[in-house]
Amino acid sequence: MVTLVIIVVVGLLTGIAIALVSRWFGVEPNPVEEEVRNLLSGANCGGCGFPGCAGYAKALVAGAAKPGACSSQCAGAAEKMAKLLGVAVVHKEPKVAVVFCSGDDMKATRQALYNGINDCRDAMIVAAGAKTCAYGCLGLGACARVCPFGAIEINEHRLAVVHKEICVGCGKCVGACPKKLIKLVPKSAEIHVHCMNPVRGPEKFKACKAACIGCGKCVKTAPEHVKLVPGAALAEVDYGNPPPEALAEVCPTHALRK
Amino acid sequence: MHKIFHFYGGVHPKESKVSSGVAIVDAPLYPLYTVPLSMHIGAPAKSLVAVGDTVLRGQQIGEPASFVSSTIHSPTSGKVKSIGTCLGPAGTQLPCVVIEADGQDTPADPLTPITDWRNTDPAILRARVAAAGIVGMGGASFPTPVKLSIPPGKTIDTLIINGVECEPCLTADHRLMLENPKMILEGVEMVANMLGVQNVFIGIENNKPDAIEVLTKEATAYTAPAIHVVPLKVRYPQGAEKQLIYAITKRQVPSGGLPADVHCVVQNIGSSCAIAEAVILGKPLYERVTTVTGTPLVAPGNWRFRVGTPYAEAIKLAGGLKEGAQIAKLISGGPMMGMTVYSQSVPVMKNTSGILLMGPDEVKQYTSKACLRCGRCNDVCPMQLMPGILSVQIENERFDDAQSWHVMDCIECGCCAYTCPAGRPLVQHMRRAKSEVGAKLRAQKAAADAAAKAKAEAAAKAAGAEAPKADK
Ligand code: SF4
Ligand code: SF4
Ligand code: SF4
Repeated sequence: MVTLVIIVVVGLLTGIAIALVSRWFGVEPNPVEEEVRNLLSGANCGGCGFPGCAGYAKALVAGAAKPGACSSQCAGAAEKMAKLLGVAVVHKEPKVAVVFCSGDDMKATRQALYNGINDCRDAMIVAAGAKTCAYGCLGLGACARVCPFGAIEINEHRLAVVHKEICVGCGKCVGACPKKLIKLVPKSAEIHVHCMNPVRGPEKFKACKAACIGCGKCVKTAPEHVKLVPGAALAEVDYGNPPPEALAEVCPTHALRK
Repeated sequence: MHKIFHFYGGVHPKESKVSSGVAIVDAPLYPLYTVPLSMHIGAPAKSLVAVGDTVLRGQQIGEPASFVSSTIHSPTSGKVKSIGTCLGPAGTQLPCVVIEADGQDTPADPLTPITDWRNTDPAILRARVAAAGIVGMGGASFPTPVKLSIPPGKTIDTLIINGVECEPCLTADHRLMLENPKMILEGVEMVANMLGVQNVFIGIENNKPDAIEVLTKEATAYTAPAIHVVPLKVRYPQGAEKQLIYAITKRQVPSGGLPADVHCVVQNIGSSCAIAEAVILGKPLYERVTTVTGTPLVAPGNWRFRVGTPYAEAIKLAGGLKEGAQIAKLISGGPMMGMTVYSQSVPVMKNTSGILLMGPDEVKQYTSKACLRCGRCNDVCPMQLMPGILSVQIENERFDDAQSWHVMDCIECGCCAYTCPAGRPLVQHMRRAKSEVGAKLRAQKAAADAAAKAKAEAAAKAAGAEAPKADK
């Protein structure tokens, strides 16, 4: 009985205290800000450059940012926001993440069996992941786990692959990859050189049959679209003027691919 | 009789010091030496040679690139075949110089021997230590000259020489103490004079009674300052700097602090010997004693290897593998703190205390289970951390929590993982957290430095504009 009374009294007192506090210290929600925030995706991916959707909404209302920076909101939402705020939309160039490695377990070798913690960043601590190519994807999925949209898949041969149609280009995976294999590139580019290893061609070919061996075939065929990275046996797509998909056919190792 | 000292926590793994009775033998000359330019903590050394140059044994081939760095010398005479990178024990690529030996092993002019070192200015001796490229040879490879330059505001009253060799399997320091006690003690006295300390201790675990006896006998000849040999209870990780300081002096290095904060400097046996050789003989550090051991080997033993010798040659020297034996793990260092390497091309470096091979029946495949909250790791952690709780935080990437639970104090001794009945990879978790928190702290420091610099500049500008105030 006494217990019951105590519980009721404590409950009442706490309730009153909460009511009073929210009355005195409560912050009036800004209705415009609420509305703007509802138009954002709510993924809190940080791709806009602000701390989460609420941060971007606040900046928009304060006039410190323009609509159009959110890459994961629905079509037309940016325009609605612009109308609401009375400003113009500044569209960002749509980007996607690309894992610059082709060395899955069918093509690239591993030096040892790693059976530690199942995360690329942990694997780096043990002999740098034991992949023969020091630049290769470990396939333990640190990137896949941080992606808020589930756009990265670790395929059956342990290589991370970005699904272009799902990726919104927020860039979260870029920071997660300890091998620094992921870059954001313009969505318009069809094909990429999926290799980051700068060492001599024969050397990396020994470790990985899918390496860019720097033979320069693609560069000779389409010098306006692809160039060689200075000082490295590596080609690189010119993202200012991306090559057509057909160029991939000239690559003998298929490092240049979709 | 001495009182026997020890510290909190720790474990006692099977010692397996099978090679402790095998005398040190000089390794033969090999045709190729891959000498990493980064055999120390800090910036890699700058190469002083070019491809095609002829070098002599002991010739300087790398100079320190910054304050925390070291000098590198050629292990033999020959030609520089290439300059590039090689695989290091941590699995990373290290800058290196590859030397093709000419088989003559012609020595370069040695550094001038300083025979009258007792009457030599400590600054000159310290410069010699730097010129000889001496680093901590116990494993961490911290440049010795840096250790011997006491930061301003700190006073040192105790020198501790680490002859503990608490890692199972390793016997290199043990053999060195037995075979070269005079040189070691000369080195100890030199360091004591450089630091100007009166209390000098050599800590040795009492599983090496012969070494204790030899050194105690030899040490009676040293009176200024007196060198005390302290037998220690066998307990891993007795040889860890902070644990050793506590065991001998009962002083506790504060969290995040250095031995200098409790007025101590700790030196390794191997380094003491190398210092004496550098001063008395003018011999730079280009070779070291390394234990090559493990059950798959025919004849485990201790050899004096030149730096840059590939592990493959070391394994051959130890008789190669027994018939039918296989290597499941190749470890650089000891079984508790050593690093697993996956290639026998990794070269012996200044800090390679051991090369350990393990057969398939000794290597347990990893199966991490959930923490049982049994608390055994808490009982053994010599830093008195709570590894179980920390590992759960780290698994969930709560690195800030881990930082406030003092993960940065972890010395990666591996006692926790050794005892954990759930087989949790605790040290790997700790190392991950340490690298994440370390990166955060470095970023914060860089930001703070930049802000302080900007503030100082603004203040200087303001001071330049106004007349300086006398009372401030
Ligand atoms: S891309 Fe990077 S983070 Fe993703 S699986 Fe490969 S190595 Fe790991
Ligand atoms: S937490 Fe660190 S210091 Fe403590 S037992 Fe584990 S490895 Fe050793
Ligand atoms: S020893 Fe292992 S299971 Fe026990 S508390 Fe520590 S981490 Fe958990």
